Amino acid sequence: MTTDITRIEPGAVVRPGNPPARRRTARMPTHWLGVAPFFLFAIMFLILPTGYLVVGAFQNPQGGLTLANIAALWEPTIRAAYWISIKVSFASAVLGALAGLAIAIAIVRGGLPGWVRGATLTFSGVASNFAGIPLAFAFLATLGRLGLVTILLKDVFGFNLYATGFNILSFWGLTLTYLYFQIPLMVVIITPAFDGLKKEWGEAAATLGATQWQYWRMVVIPVLWPSFLGTVILLFANAFGAIATAYALTGSSLNIVPILLYAQIRGDVLHNPHLGYAIAFGMIFITGMANVFYIWFRTRSERWLK
Amino acid sequence: MKRGKFWAWLTFALGAAYFIIPLLATMEFAMRMRRGTYSFDAFAVVFGDPRFQATFMYSVVAAIFTILLGVLIVVPTAYWIRLRMPQIRPVIEFITLLPLVIPAIVIVFGYIRMYGSNSPLPFLGSARGTDALLVIGYATLALPYMYRAVDTGLRTIDVRTLTEAAQILGAGWTRIITRVILPNVLIAVLSGAFLTFAIVIGEFTIASLLNRPAFGPYLQNIGANRAYEPAALAVITFVITWGCMTVIQLLARFAPKSANRPN
Repeated sequence: MTTDITRIEPGAVVRPGNPPARRRTARMPTHWLGVAPFFLFAIMFLILPTGYLVVGAFQNPQGGLTLANIAALWEPTIRAAYWISIKVSFASAVLGALAGLAIAIAIVRGGLPGWVRGATLTFSGVASNFAGIPLAFAFLATLGRLGLVTILLKDVFGFNLYATGFNILSFWGLTLTYLYFQIPLMVVIITPAFDGLKKEWGEAAATLGATQWQYWRMVVIPVLWPSFLGTVILLFANAFGAIATAYALTGSSLNIVPILLYAQIRGDVLHNPHLGYAIAFGMIFITGMANVFYIWFRTRSERWLK
Repeated sequence: MKRGKFWAWLTFALGAAYFIIPLLATMEFAMRMRRGTYSFDAFAVVFGDPRFQATFMYSVVAAIFTILLGVLIVVPTAYWIRLRMPQIRPVIEFITLLPLVIPAIVIVFGYIRMYGSNSPLPFLGSARGTDALLVIGYATLALPYMYRAVDTGLRTIDVRTLTEAAQILGAGWTRIITRVILPNVLIAVLSGAFLTFAIVIGEFTIASLLNRPAFGPYLQNIGANRAYEPAALAVITFVITWGCMTVIQLLARFAPKSANRPN
């Protein structure tokens, strides 16, 4: 039996089936249209430019595939630059995290008056954003050869800071300067994590007869460990990519990776554009690896928490 | 307990000393310009410098465009994710965090190689195009902060109900976002905006590598050539940063409270 479709009223069959059909065909794309500008922006100005450098790192000037650029990163000057960068970033991240943690514990748990906490958090918000060139100026005015602290130490205490081998343009000088934005960043991030510790946990631990030390070791540290570690890695990446402070502080006398890359972009000092790509790739690789470690640690500690 | 309090005060005092001494030292250094006496000469010289005014204004305008671009990209996206596509939130969050992983110098290096004057999209072929690329670069830098600020704001309002109400009243998507959602998250957007401003105003790497006459490269130039003016500029920049953060704190007081905010 055949149906003559021309004799069926259009609405009778089509109308009930129509809305779902329309939803399936027309709605999925409009769904994605809403986030299209974001993805377009991210792909054009974040992912593609980075990808371009990563691909370039594995190519020779003729466009062929090569590992020579990556191997060239082991040249003494480049390797030394990476090593200093990693040392400064690591030292400033770990010291900054510990100091920031101590300050956070002091203002959250230390029984200090309320205004101390408010003032510390406000100031930390400011100081964590006070980086770049002005920070270098501030530290030159403080610990430079004519800086206030250097002069006071010499005139009042008879202590010649620069005679001890200290130099603001050195590894420790740069680390000390970076701490000025690293510590506040830690305070800003870790204080809310402390607030997340529920009072009931402390009470429950006390009810079960836990000592203060046991409470810290078995409750506080496991809960805060992922945020702490995550922040350390954030601080590391923060210092690793920073160039302005170091550049204004030391000119190009301290050979860290971002300054080397800066010089390479400006004037191809390495005489090989693809080596520049390799240095950029190396920077992404190191900050990327740091984040992989972070995720790995976090999943481990979360599993352990269950 | 008493002993704990002592250690808390000691930690706080040490921290305060580390953070306040450089500020005092910078101020003192800036005031040393006239021999034998303290004066504000260095500040007068800085404010009177036409290059200071020009570069500062340039950076202010760049910051304003950065904020506009950031809002334009982030607000509709964050809204749409909350409303329709919560399943791709992890992807979006991952992308917004990328600028914290990829250093700014690497991003701008990519721009220089990709958007040169011989490329299909020759941003760097003209001064205006380079300005645009600078603003785009800044918007990328500010993306993590802007996204987080807006997303926190959206968390405090009922996006779905507001949208449905607006739709029933016949509003289109543009109108919903500009007239319903944006005013509701305005405070969050503004705090993101001031943070963006603080980041952009003294930014050095991108501006310098794109050869733009911005405030950051000017700071670097003064630092390399003058003695007392850099300290004065550091004080001025600190005051600007402090101003931005104070505004954010004040805004937070007006923000609607949610379960996710302590206090």
